[in-house]
Order: sequence, then C-alpha cells, then structure tokens
Amino acid sequence: MSTATTEAVLAYDEAIEKFDPVMGLEVHVELNTHTKMFCGCATGFGAEPNTQVCPVCLGLPGALPVVNEKAVESAIRIGLALNCEIAEWCRFARKNYFYPDMPKNFQTSQYDEPIAFNGHLDVELEDGTTYRVEIERAHMEEDTGKSLHVGGSTGRIHGAEYSLVDYNRAGIPLIEIVTKPMTGAGERAPEVAKAYVATLRDLLRALHVSDVRMEQGSLRCDANVSLRPRATEDQHQDDVPLGTRTETKNVNSLRSVERAVRYEICRHAAILDGGGSITQETRHWHEDTGVTTSGRVKSDAEDYRYFPEPDLVPVAPTRQTVEALGHTLPEPPAQRRRRLQGDWGFSDLEMRDVVNAGAVELIELSVEAGATPAGARKWWTGELARRGNAEGRAVDEFGVTPEHVAELDRLVKGGRLNDSMARQVLDGVIAGEGSPVEVADTRGLELVQDEGALEAAVDKVIAANPDVAEKVRGGKVQAAGALIGQVMKEMKGQADAGKARQIILERLGAS
Amino acid sequence: MNTDITRASAAEIADALGRKEISAVEVTQAHLDRIAAVDGKVHAFLHVDSDGALAAARDIDERRAAGEELSVMAGVPIAVKDVMATKGIPTTCGSKILEGWIPPYDATLVSRLRAAGMPILGKTNMDEFAMGSSTEHSAYGPTRNPWDLERIPGGSGGGSSAAVAAFEAPWAIGTDTGGSIRQPAAVTGTVGTKPTYGGVSRYGLVALASSLDQAGPCSRTVLDAALLHSVIGGHDPLDSTSINAPAPPVVEAARRGDVKGMRIGVVKELGGEGYQAGVRARFEESVQLLVEAGAEVVEVSCPSFDYALAAYYLILPSEASSNLAKFDAMRYGLRVLPEGVDDPSAEQVMAATRDAGFGDEVKRRIILGTYALSSGYYDAYYGQAQKVRTLISRDFAAAFEKADVLLSPTAPTTAFRLGEKLDDPMAMYLNDIATIPANLAGVPGMSLPSGLADEDGLPTGVQILAPATEDARLYGVGAVLEKLLAQRWGGSLLAQAPDLTAKGA
Amino acid sequence: MSSLSRDDVAHLAGLARIDLSDAELDKMVGELSVILESVAKVQEVAADDIPPMSHPMPLTNVTRPDEVRPSLSADEALAGAPASELQRFSVPRILAED
Repeated sequence: MSTATTEAVLAYDEAIEKFDPVMGLEVHVELNTHTKMFCGCATGFGAEPNTQVCPVCLGLPGALPVVNEKAVESAIRIGLALNCEIAEWCRFARKNYFYPDMPKNFQTSQYDEPIAFNGHLDVELEDGTTYRVEIERAHMEEDTGKSLHVGGSTGRIHGAEYSLVDYNRAGIPLIEIVTKPMTGAGERAPEVAKAYVATLRDLLRALHVSDVRMEQGSLRCDANVSLRPRATEDQHQDDVPLGTRTETKNVNSLRSVERAVRYEICRHAAILDGGGSITQETRHWHEDTGVTTSGRVKSDAEDYRYFPEPDLVPVAPTRQTVEALGHTLPEPPAQRRRRLQGDWGFSDLEMRDVVNAGAVELIELSVEAGATPAGARKWWTGELARRGNAEGRAVDEFGVTPEHVAELDRLVKGGRLNDSMARQVLDGVIAGEGSPVEVADTRGLELVQDEGALEAAVDKVIAANPDVAEKVRGGKVQAAGALIGQVMKEMKGQADAGKARQIILERLGAS
Repeated sequence: MNTDITRASAAEIADALGRKEISAVEVTQAHLDRIAAVDGKVHAFLHVDSDGALAAARDIDERRAAGEELSVMAGVPIAVKDVMATKGIPTTCGSKILEGWIPPYDATLVSRLRAAGMPILGKTNMDEFAMGSSTEHSAYGPTRNPWDLERIPGGSGGGSSAAVAAFEAPWAIGTDTGGSIRQPAAVTGTVGTKPTYGGVSRYGLVALASSLDQAGPCSRTVLDAALLHSVIGGHDPLDSTSINAPAPPVVEAARRGDVKGMRIGVVKELGGEGYQAGVRARFEESVQLLVEAGAEVVEVSCPSFDYALAAYYLILPSEASSNLAKFDAMRYGLRVLPEGVDDPSAEQVMAATRDAGFGDEVKRRIILGTYALSSGYYDAYYGQAQKVRTLISRDFAAAFEKADVLLSPTAPTTAFRLGEKLDDPMAMYLNDIATIPANLAGVPGMSLPSGLADEDGLPTGVQILAPATEDARLYGVGAVLEKLLAQRWGGSLLAQAPDLTAKGA
Repeated sequence: MSSLSRDDVAHLAGLARIDLSDAELDKMVGELSVILESVAKVQEVAADDIPPMSHPMPLTNVTRPDEVRPSLSADEALAGAPASELQRFSVPRILAED
C-alpha cells in the first residue's frame, strides 16, 4: 500500500483532451426505518455498543431473518422515484465472504434479482443543462457492524494491533443504487458526479426514507472511474471500449465526490499516457491530501458464491401495491421547480438563484406561512444568502425559519417596519432574541404611523433648509432626497420614507 | 413403582400425572435415575440438566396443586437434540467449535415445550452439525444402539432415538435433513416423524441445510409422536419459511386410525437391490397387514429418485458451507491460535479455529459446498441439483395422484457396527437413500418399527410418506399399522430389547 | 470437471477459511474426488427447461411490521465472546480492508 510516494497525475485539461472519462457511481442509502432489515432491533444512532443486537443480527447459531415490510416499501418508492421497473418477483441472495464485522460471514443482499431496475434520474447542473443518469438497479441489503481499530497510529486498519467490533449497525437496512456507466459527460464528469449525488440526496430526502447525511454515513458513495482514448475522426466515442476501472471509497461529502473523480481521471491519465495499464483495484480517498491511495486489489479471488437465500421467501409486490406506493411519491423535483416558478412569477435567473441557494423548499414554506413570493425570495436569496456567502454558511443555518420570514414580510408589507428596520429585526432573530415581532417589540422598532408627528418633522426640516426647499418648490424634485434623509433622522428612522417624501412634496407644492 | 414409569408412553405418563397418581418430580427423577443407570453405556446425552428439569417439574406440581389448568403434557419430561438452542443449557451441535456455548435464547420449539410444562432432561448426542447417519461423527464420542451396544444408533439424531429406545426419556426432539429422525428411529425400533417442511419452526434450530431441515418428534408410539407434533408445530412469525397455519390435526388422526379404502403406493425405486433381505421382508409384511385392514396397494414409479442422493449431497453441502461460516472464533465458541505464529491475524485465527474445531465430515462437506457454489461451477452443480429437486417434487406429485400415502423401508440396512462405514463416506451416505427424497420435496415422512430382521435380530423400520401438509395421514396409517404389528408381536417391539441394566450388558 | 486437484482443494479451503494440514489435504482430495464423481450424476438429467427449486413451499411476501422488539443486553450479547473490551467484541488484527 503506497502512502509515502505521491503518484503521478496529468493536468486535468490534458487528461480530458486525450481521454474520455466514464464513471459508475454506487450509492448506499441507510434507511430510516425504526428497526433493522431482518429483526426488530432498534436502529437509533449513538446507542451504547452492542445494546441494539439480538440473535438474528448477531448471527447467533439458529437465528433466522424476517424481512422488514417498511424497508420493502421504501425500496419500491425509491425505485419508482428513479423511474425504475419494479420486479414482479425477486429474491434475496447470500453474498459469501469472511469479515469480522459481518456476523454471519455472508451478507443477505440481492444478486441477479433486484427489486428495482432500469431507471433514470435527470440531473440539472448549475448552468441549467440536464444530464440523464441511467440507473442499473436498486436493491435491498443489510449493513455491517462497525470496527474500532486499536493500536495503529491512524485509527485505520493498517498497523492496528487488534479491533473492537460493535454490531449495533449490523443489519440496518441499506438500499444500494447502481448507475449504468455514465458516459458523455466529458470534462464535466466530476461536476456531473457531484450533481448526481446531490440530486439523489435531495430526492431521497423528499421521499423521507433516509436522513441522507453523508457525514453520518447514512448516504455513502463509491465512485468508479475509467478512461478510454478519445475517439478518432471516423470512430464513434461510444464504440471505443471501456478502460479498466478503479473503485474509490471513503468519499464522504459532495465536495469529495467531485474532487475524487477529478483526481482519478488525472491519475489514470498519467498512467495511460505513459504507456502503462490501470490495475483494477479499490482505492481510498483522502480529503485532507486530495489523493487516493491503493487499497485492496480486486482480483478473481473474490468469489462471493451467490445463491438464493433459503431462509427467506421471494418478495413479489402486487401491481396494486406498487401503484399505491406510486401515489405516495413527491412531485419530481424538476417538475416541481417549474410549477413553483410559474406560481411565484420568478424569472429563470431568479429561479436559478433560488435553486443554487438551496432555498426552494424554504420559499415554499415561507409562502405557505403567509409571505409573498417576492418577499420570501428577497429574504432568503437576498439577505440571508449574502450573509451566508460572507460567513460560509448555508441559508438554513442561521436559525431563521420560514415562519420568521413570513412574519418579517408581513411586518414590512403591513407598514410596521421599513427595510432598514426589518434588517435590524433579522439581526435580532439571528442573534436568538426571538421572533420578528418579539424583536421589534423589544427593540422598539416601529414605523411611526402618527401623521401629525411626521408632518411636524417635515415642517421642521423644511424650515431648517430653506435653500433646498426653494429648489424643490422650483421643480427640482430630486433635491427632496436630502430633506427626506433629515426627516428620517428626525424620526429616528422610524418613519415610512415614502410617506415622508409625499408630505414634503405636498408642502412644497411639488407633488 | 418409580422404575415402571419409565416404561410408560408419554400419553400414559400424562394420564397418570393428570389423575395425580404420580408427581412431575417423581416422573422426572425416575428418568434422571434411569439416565444415571444406563447412559454410561449408551451415551445418548451430552448434557443432563438435573437441576433445571427438577425445578421445572416442581413448578408444575405446585401449579397443579393450586388448581391451575395445565397443558395435557405438563410434567412429562423430554430430551432435546443438541442442535436446538436452549437458553442457559449448553448447546454444542456435537461439535468442539461450540464447546461450552450457552445460548442466550430459546428456540421457538423449546419455548413451546417449556410453555407446555415439559421438563427438559438434557441435550442429546448427534453427528457433528447433523452431518451423518450414525452419530459416529460427534466430537464427543458416539452413542450406542440400546439393542446392541457395539452398533450405531443411526444418525444424525442417534442420541434422541437411543434415549427414547433406552427408556431414558419418554420422548425427544430430533431434526431431520435427509433422514436424521427417521433412520435412527428405524434402527432403534422407535417412532420418528419429519413434518412437512415449514410445519415446525426452525428458529433456534442451528441450520445445516436451510431448505431441508425440519425438527420433529421421536417417541415410542405413534400417538406420542402426534401429541408432541401438535405442541411444537404451527406457524412462527420468527421463521419466514414456516407455513402460516396451525399444526395439522395429527392427534385426531392417530386416535382415529383407519385405512379402509386408502391407496398405498409402493415406490419402485425405494426398496429393491441394496436393501437387506430382513428389511425387505418386514416391509412386505407391513404392506400386507395394511391390505388386510382394507387398504389397496398400487405400484408407483419415481424415476428421478435415482438422482436424489446426488442432488442432496450437492444442495446440503452448499447451504451448509454458508451456514457454518459464522463459526469463526470472533463472537462465540472456540478460539484457537495458529501454532508458531506471532501476532496472528483475524484471518489466521479463523482458519486455525475452524480446522481444529470442525471434524473431518464437516470439513469435507464445507469444501464440497464451497466448490459447488463457486463461479464457473454453480450451474453444473448447485444449479443443476435444484432442477433435479423440481423433478423429484413432480414425481411425488404424480405419485400422490395415484396413492394417498407412499410406503418404503426407511433404511436399506439394520444397525451396522461402529466403525464399519467410517472410512467410506459414500457408503455412509447410502443409509439415507430412502429418506432423502422427502426432504428434497418438503413432504412429511414417518418411520415406525416394522419388526426385527431375521438374519441379525435387529430392528427395521417402515417409512410412510404423505403429500405436503397432509401430515395427519402419516399418523392415521401409522396408528393402524402399529396396532396390527403389536398384536402380532404380543406387545411393543421395544419390549424385546435387551435389558441394559443386566450384568455384562 | 469431476475431479479436484490438490491445488483446487487448497484454494477452496482458503475460501472457506479452514487451515488444512498437508495430511488432511491429501486425504481430502481422494475422498472428494469419489464424492464428486457420484454427485456429478445430476448432470445426466436433461433439465434445460426445468425451473430450479430453492424452496419446497411456494410462500411469498413474508414480512414483519417495522416495530421495535426487545434486544439482548450487552452482557448477553458478549457472554460467549472469546475476548471483549469496552463492551465490544475483541478480534485479532484484520488484514484486508473491506
């Protein structure tokens, strides 16, 4: 296992010029069912080690699995959301290999009879173009236990003296989603890979089947990359045979997906360009150093000896069941976005901003809570996104809720606050001082509605600025701006600037 | 008299308990005494749980005295094959790799025994992981046939059948993957049933071949087997392969027992060449008795049965190789460190443990199964064997169009001598030639004593087979045959067995 | 096809994680060859259009509701462990990365 020597890489542009990248992404989704795939043990995160185990998930002699009906439902819904065919009849299979975190030394999975297959997911990239990812299959399987490697310097396997295994996670339901080879992305391959995982994650979240938190391991991604030579003039790129692929694991964030794919393209390119050949192997991504290192060599010795699981009976969802589950699917994201854009009256550019800021659902909820679409957009993609970019935070990480935004919008539209005051109120909400109304009350922020007070302030300012007033009387309406400013100051900012202008102009006979 | 109670059938003991003529503690103690007296010679038991059994018996006596309504079988003690998980009682499956393992849970079947108030006397000996036909492959030494202590008691469940034949227990739980209840029953002169696949829960039955294994009753009478079958049978939500229905009406069938107008199918492929003369003779007499009782005989042919042994010895090792992978020294059981290796890896410890902890037969079958499943060979071996299985199932279906039950000798020979077939695995496998087809198709089968072979005076058994879920038919026919044979013998066959407590026995 | 070489058996033993001694290996090659010859008989059967049977009973769709049931206690789970530490199963160093 080479860790010390840095492997050669070709510059990305050169790599792409010479080679055509092909990817295959395998995503494992940990379902959010209450219990495990084959037994009634709880699945909650963070329990004391080996307190969520039973004879079944511990693989004790004599124990037998029983399928979790909710896991099957989730699998079917995921398949439908990915436009897959749902099997009329499928089985579980045993994948046999020895590993201490696998209590039975076989994983109960699905082999040549997955529950869902032949689907696709249209992925929208940031510039609005769409890439269609073909889905090979989605199937059910179970997770393994977790090992702590003791004694080595890195906490990883290499150099460890021994390991300590916790089987709480063993048996938690997983859905594995496998793409067909992703071709034709060219130089945008890394971007496409990241967008696919992000889109998939959002879809799964909308289905409410998983927490889909990559940092917690409820969404895992293995990236397969291979290169083939660029097609010659009289060749079709699709006819060029695929190259040898490597599989990269430990890709724990969206950022890592993009970076790892990019790195592997550069690394493969350097080898192939130098006349070498790619070793088919599993590699490990290191986010800190930005490289992959060699893991296990994937050889023929890995014979999993699959056979149908004799302790379980086939799963044969009726077409009525599948149809009923189809009705529980959320609207496809792209379709939903188009509909909302129409409802809200946003331009394409405005909608793109909303999407890129991750604010679609937030605006939707804000509107539901009573905000105007434009108002909601202003706060989320205007104010909060601005602050978010400055601080490196996402718009939903400020503790501001859609209800807050709706309230804020109402306060402004209702004339209680002006924009400047509303921004102060927002500061207060972010600081944890309470809801917008509470903050406004506490801070005494309120537009003065008393016309008399406003008129008095206008008269005072006009009297104090005879030259400016004369200009306005003479027709130079813009000069009123300076007067408005002074009136606002006089009113301690708690006046409607528009109203102040109106009164000034009336007084000076220029309205 | 206490010693007499061990000669009674389970039904008779239940009656006596119900009439308060005897206490559960007295019954249990009597059996424990019998075990102490003869098990040194028979070695049917791997573990005797005197304390646990007596405590359970005491509990039953107290509850009965308090007027509580109890199950009919409450207080009748039982022995359990050591392949079933019993909470708090060591479970070895006849293997060193599980020496000292104490399960933290009960098999569903065991829970049902406990709920019915049956004190568990102990765990009985077996071929290691149920692989064998003679109990000689037990890592803890063989069990001896009570009819002749130099001979095998059959296998893999030789312990359960021997315990019952030696009056150490009124009845016992066995398991049958290719004949491991029926063949020992035949060679020990007792009764044994393999229920329809899925008829009895496998939760807690340490798996050998998941699609073939079934647990069932071992007893001295057909009625006893029916009573036990009705306690342990029926749907279990913890076993996905269990049939979603209660146990079939086997007790009623055993009590009613009528064969008038019944069509008895004699299977051409089971019982000809290769079957001992005395075995065949007793079989033909049994058939004849049923005819005299009003049944009609039809000859049926099941040509695919000729391939049953081959299919079985591909399917079983394949499933077993996977089922036994869990024994790897990491979570329970034996852990052996490889010799002469500093700081061994997990992989090395697994391999050293499995070599030390598994016996030869188990290792053979694991290797064979690994091969049959491996890529490139799957289709020709495991895949093909599963197709042969379909053909066998179809042959049964066709036969059951023409007959209500099928009959054959249970095993080709009487009990052979210890050591006689140990060096020849194939010869050993042939013991199951008549019993295997039923496991492949999932149909139920029973063996009951058909008499003693003339040439050696040893027990022979007749096998009854019925369509899937029609277990009751076995008991109906079995009860009739049992009664007619008893009339001929002037009592039960076991009454003719040698006295184990006699000097020099 | 119906014969296994010594190397084949050694390879299979490796896959099955059984450390056979040389003597065991030699003995097993002979025994397995005999058994394989017998079981290869299944190939004589013309079964191209016969479906394989993996379950004797035609059950389907056996599931359970997604409801939590009691687990073992950690003590019960670890009771049989050859070695344990920090309420986890202690296993010797693992060579292969998964």
